[in-house]
Amino acid sequence: MTLDWLPYAVAGWVFLAGCYGLVTSRHLVHTVVCLSIVQSSTYLLLLAIGWTRGGTAPVYADIGRHRKVADPVVQAMTLTDIVVGAAVTALLLALTVQVAKRRGSVDPRELRSLEEESREERAG
Amino acid sequence: MRRQLPLVLGVLGGAALAVTGFRALAALPGAGHVPHPYGERAVADAFHHDTANAVVAVTLDQRGFDTLGEELILLAAAIGTVLLLRRLTAEAEEDAPHEYGPGEIFEGVRLVGYVLLPVTLLVGGYVVLHGHLSPGGGFQGGTVLASALYLAYLAADHRTLERLRTAGLLDTAEGLGAFGYVAIGLAGLVAGSGFLADWLPTGTVRDLRSSGTLPLLNVSIAVEVGAAFVLVVAKFLEQAILVPREEAS
Amino acid sequence: MNAWILGVLLVLTAVTATAVVLTRDPGRQAAVLSAYGLVLGMTMLALAAPDVALSQIGVGTAAVPLIVVLAIARCERATNRSRERGDRSEPR
Repeated sequence: MTLDWLPYAVAGWVFLAGCYGLVTSRHLVHTVVCLSIVQSSTYLLLLAIGWTRGGTAPVYADIGRHRKVADPVVQAMTLTDIVVGAAVTALLLALTVQVAKRRGSVDPRELRSLEEESREERAG
Repeated sequence: MRRQLPLVLGVLGGAALAVTGFRALAALPGAGHVPHPYGERAVADAFHHDTANAVVAVTLDQRGFDTLGEELILLAAAIGTVLLLRRLTAEAEEDAPHEYGPGEIFEGVRLVGYVLLPVTLLVGGYVVLHGHLSPGGGFQGGTVLASALYLAYLAADHRTLERLRTAGLLDTAEGLGAFGYVAIGLAGLVAGSGFLADWLPTGTVRDLRSSGTLPLLNVSIAVEVGAAFVLVVAKFLEQAILVPREEAS
Repeated sequence: MNAWILGVLLVLTAVTATAVVLTRDPGRQAAVLSAYGLVLGMTMLALAAPDVALSQIGVGTAAVPLIVVLAIARCERATNRSRERGDRSEPR
């Protein structure tokens, strides 16, 4: 069955696609967004592991005690993952704004390290 | 050459990761056929505490202490963002010919804002208060409630939001939300068997008054998450949206 | 039937994730990111995780794209001003 491996393959693909974006990025905001894509692959992997064929959501509001359900433990972990991921994205974007203000550029290629810059200042 | 280096390294690392990663994923049991010993025990425990929503039972009851850590991460990230985005004096001078204006907003957008505001508030409140019964909870509801404030921003203008923010209401709410979670946990230490232990009667499963302290925890999380979200977005707005002074008046 | 929906949504997730990465203009990327957040939320729903889907749609479709757009606006203002002053370091 395709569905036996498809969720895992999609998680792996999303992870690698995000990594490709990180490496080739030309704009720091783009880099941060790609990082959040990398993180979203972990949501997929966790939920794919928790999913049960023929199971329903682990919410017993309108189903019987013995219905087959997805694993609530991995779902709770994914919930934590999303919230922490959003917090990290906000913090990284704030740092990006600071970089843009202080260095006047958001292209990783143009951002030389502070060390390099101070060395040049001393030399010149 | 130096510029190509990251790309070459990236391709090599990516290829290695792809090969090993996909081999590892192939060794997992097929999706949908994974045994869940922890999941079954978590569900049994959720019923023991009369919580219909097993996911909320895991996050707030069984892993309540982890969620406290997660909340503190969120608090720290919000404080960090607010600090990083504060306006410096030099910046204020540079931006002097600009101000936060009620830019041009289409009447239609304004109308949608007015209409959706009460609906969003209602949905947010419902999602928070029914978190232990149906899908939802403090995090989801807090986000919905925070987005209601941005509908208010669309319908009114930045100054309304600014007044709310400078009143110190949000900072207080942010702190109170985090404190509330700890306080409920400490109450468990006094009245129950330990930190974050259930100290309220668990009630009847599927009833609004069930699950012991979980609804209270959900409310405190909603306050904290909502305030954090509003604070962070407000800081970004303050940085991004400035209009020339003449355009604003 | 449910399996079909899940399969289609998973493929759609992979496609939209790739689209987000390949969209180089950050402003456009924010819009694609929002669409990806929605598709991912639907996939989570199909994976029997409504709690997670709800928070993904709230955070990934609304909150994160919003702060991304705002950050782009601020970055552009900063880089433009620096370019006007001409103190931008040339790439080498």
